[in-house]
Amino acid sequence: MTEGKTLAEFQDEIDQCARCGSCQAHCPVYLETGREGSVARGKIVLAAAVLSGEVELDQRLREEIDLCLLCGSCAAQCPNKVPTNTIVAALRQRIAATHGLSALGKGVAALTGSKPLLGTLVKSADLLAPLLFKKIPATSGLRLRFGPAALKNRSLPPLPEHNLFAQVPEFLQGDPAQPVVGVFAGCALTYLYPHVGEILARLPHRLGCSVYVPRSQGCCGMPARSSGNGPLVASLAEANINAFAGRELDCILTACASCRGMMADYSAATGHTPAAHLVDLHVFLRRQGLGEQLAALPKWPHRFRVTYHDPCHLRTAGITREPRALLAALPQADLVEMEDASLCCGLGGTFAAVHPDLSRAIGDRKLAGLQASGATIIASGCPGCILQLQDIIDRAGLAVKAVHTLELIHQALTEAPS
Amino acid sequence: MLAEHILKRLADIVGPEHLATGTVHRITHSFDATQRQCLPDAVVHPGSTEEISQIVRLANEERIPVLPRGAGSGFTGGSLPVCGGIVLVLTRMNRILEIDTDNLIAIVEPGVVTGRLQKEVERLGLFYPPDPASKDFSTLGGNIAECAGGPRCVKYGVTRDYVLGLTVVTPTGNVIRTGGRTMKNVVGYDLTRLLVGSEGTLGIVTRVILRLLPKPEARKTMLVAFASIDGAAQAVSAIIRSKIIPTTLEFMDRAAIDCVRRATSLDLPLECQAVLIIEVDGDRAQMTDQARKVLDISRPFGVLETRTAETAEESEAIWKVRRSVSPSLRALNPHKFNEDIVVPRSQVPAMIRALETISTRYRVPIVNFGHAGDGNIHVNVMVDLRQPGMEVTVRQVLDEVFRTAVGLGGSVSGEHGIGTAKAPYITMELDAPTLAAMWAVKQALDPNNIMNPGKIFPENLANDPPPASLQPLTVPDHD
Repeated sequence: MTEGKTLAEFQDEIDQCARCGSCQAHCPVYLETGREGSVARGKIVLAAAVLSGEVELDQRLREEIDLCLLCGSCAAQCPNKVPTNTIVAALRQRIAATHGLSALGKGVAALTGSKPLLGTLVKSADLLAPLLFKKIPATSGLRLRFGPAALKNRSLPPLPEHNLFAQVPEFLQGDPAQPVVGVFAGCALTYLYPHVGEILARLPHRLGCSVYVPRSQGCCGMPARSSGNGPLVASLAEANINAFAGRELDCILTACASCRGMMADYSAATGHTPAAHLVDLHVFLRRQGLGEQLAALPKWPHRFRVTYHDPCHLRTAGITREPRALLAALPQADLVEMEDASLCCGLGGTFAAVHPDLSRAIGDRKLAGLQASGATIIASGCPGCILQLQDIIDRAGLAVKAVHTLELIHQALTEAPS
Repeated sequence: MLAEHILKRLADIVGPEHLATGTVHRITHSFDATQRQCLPDAVVHPGSTEEISQIVRLANEERIPVLPRGAGSGFTGGSLPVCGGIVLVLTRMNRILEIDTDNLIAIVEPGVVTGRLQKEVERLGLFYPPDPASKDFSTLGGNIAECAGGPRCVKYGVTRDYVLGLTVVTPTGNVIRTGGRTMKNVVGYDLTRLLVGSEGTLGIVTRVILRLLPKPEARKTMLVAFASIDGAAQAVSAIIRSKIIPTTLEFMDRAAIDCVRRATSLDLPLECQAVLIIEVDGDRAQMTDQARKVLDISRPFGVLETRTAETAEESEAIWKVRRSVSPSLRALNPHKFNEDIVVPRSQVPAMIRALETISTRYRVPIVNFGHAGDGNIHVNVMVDLRQPGMEVTVRQVLDEVFRTAVGLGGSVSGEHGIGTAKAPYITMELDAPTLAAMWAVKQALDPNNIMNPGKIFPENLANDPPPASLQPLTVPDHD
């Protein structure tokens, strides 16, 4: 499998940048730093300078190119549709190919490139106690077991004993008249939040679908891409495409916005696409009429207030209404909008590991809107966001819980009103 | 490169973390929205008036150019370091210091993004009207330097109408204060108005006192489709003549409509030759009545269809049509020459006709849209500069566009400023004594010509050293 377009092959897209500066309004990093090198326009100018040989791939350049969450907000809003996130990924790939991977990039490679290792590490539960976690050196690959989760003093969820694959069979036979769907869980929903992964697999089955959860799926490749490891992205993409190649599927469901974003880019990153359409679970459930089903349930007498955080990789794919429609239909909660719902949480692949303070400063921008909303639950469609949101909430001492939208849907369908 | 002792003093003033001289940082501060690049020698991010004063004093002693920079989103080269020097970025000075609801004023630092101030004052029921298209990223300092406008200027005026007072570091490093917190103030010369629109050539604004208005209670947006461009232009004149001042009176010609059609699903009658987007605002009770009046006045001028937005979403859908124009232009040709001529409002029909003639004569697409209500037309000459002879043709087209605008009693720039891009045309509009008076002001305040040199004034007049560092890196010089 190829490694996708090289930096040089982006020359036309680079030339499309009119340097208008509108990316400044949308870049979470620029909003924090106020520095031209942080924002898409600055990176495009640097990419052009790399191609023309005006600038070396030196330490200063690497620092600037590291300052990107790959969230894609700039590209989604760019008047000329310049795909800066993809260009930054290509730049990182060029840097890694020339100078080798960073220590963090090597950790990502060791971890996400090896599924058995990831599984084993998760099982050794005592290693995961936050107290012990602090003692692991910052450069150790162990810290990277969940890529972005590997941060000093971060609040982590209690780690489950069993991963997703121990909890659901590879195939769940449904109504033959209903669609057959594949499930791509991704690392976080497999190892960190397997109960959400389980809902991802079982809910479509409950709605009549046959569900295929291939065991040979692995990491989507986002952390590898974030650290510029083109060959690893290509091999992970190949493994995942092959994992779903064996069956006739109507679609492949995801409930991790980042995984979905990465897999949607397989074509640009590797020249190949999965055999079936990628569909975010919110979109799928809405299409299957779950919104109406939820709305028909009797309202709970004591409802809580829930608000929604837009994961960048759903927002930039235009998926903003579906999660809200499902949340608004919940019998146990009242949906309220918060200001800055669409602001990035600041996690961003390996960004949080490279720039922990900046990552948190970006995340903290969510707090005012969250507090003003009065919500006690914040729902989102990306486990990475949920991890980061809970961390910033805990540090701010707020009594708010971050959950996956699916958990609330599951609660509505399984718990008695109270 | 700057001498070592100068760099050391700069680092002492702002702190080493706010001084950058590496290639990477010089490149990321070498451009604005004009597609030109010129490398500065150093980039500093100062944090206070005092630091800026010390930097400018040093630069004046050492005869080093200093360029204030906000978002770097200007269209005419105002923040391009054409003579090298120190780029002084004001994004760290981004505090809203005060919103005084008793006196309806706001006090801000220059790095505050305009849209952010608007959001903050609107929370308190107040209103800062100037709304350049870049308001979500351009800074108030930059808006003041260029005297930015926007669609709402028809009714509310431009940036200069909202600036009550300034704190400014002059080109010799002195800190002066102009105007104040009061609506009325006639003490001495009105330096505030002199500085607004001076494109960073007379000093660096470090603190701003702005006038605010009460926020209008309601607004209503309409879209009116016309069978002829002349009809639309006459409707504009008729609306103004009838003594109704809409909040916005935006206009799109056939070429602009076609561009939007290609990019989005726009369901307008095929025979539609021009569109007006009209917004009225004020008391809720008057909205329906005002909207009806505007539509009644327009009707005799060949109206094909009207739409009135009843909800915020419908209003947004109408504005989306207007906002889709700019991004869709590149489908026509790769290179855009975006001019912002302005003519007296009654001359809008004549100007539009002249633009059509010019487009036909030179066989280049010219897409026109913009603020018809104040006569400010965005003229977009779309060309492919790789075609032989096109450079010359573009110069001829622009020359003719500007001459026509000035001939109709208008101006070569309504809101983008002169910078480097329009400096060659300034003498079309300003006669020698007027220009000399301006240059005398410049020399009096900036005897060593260190403050944003190479801007506004034509080269022969400014007597600058020829800008040797002016080397476009990749893209040909166009704006």
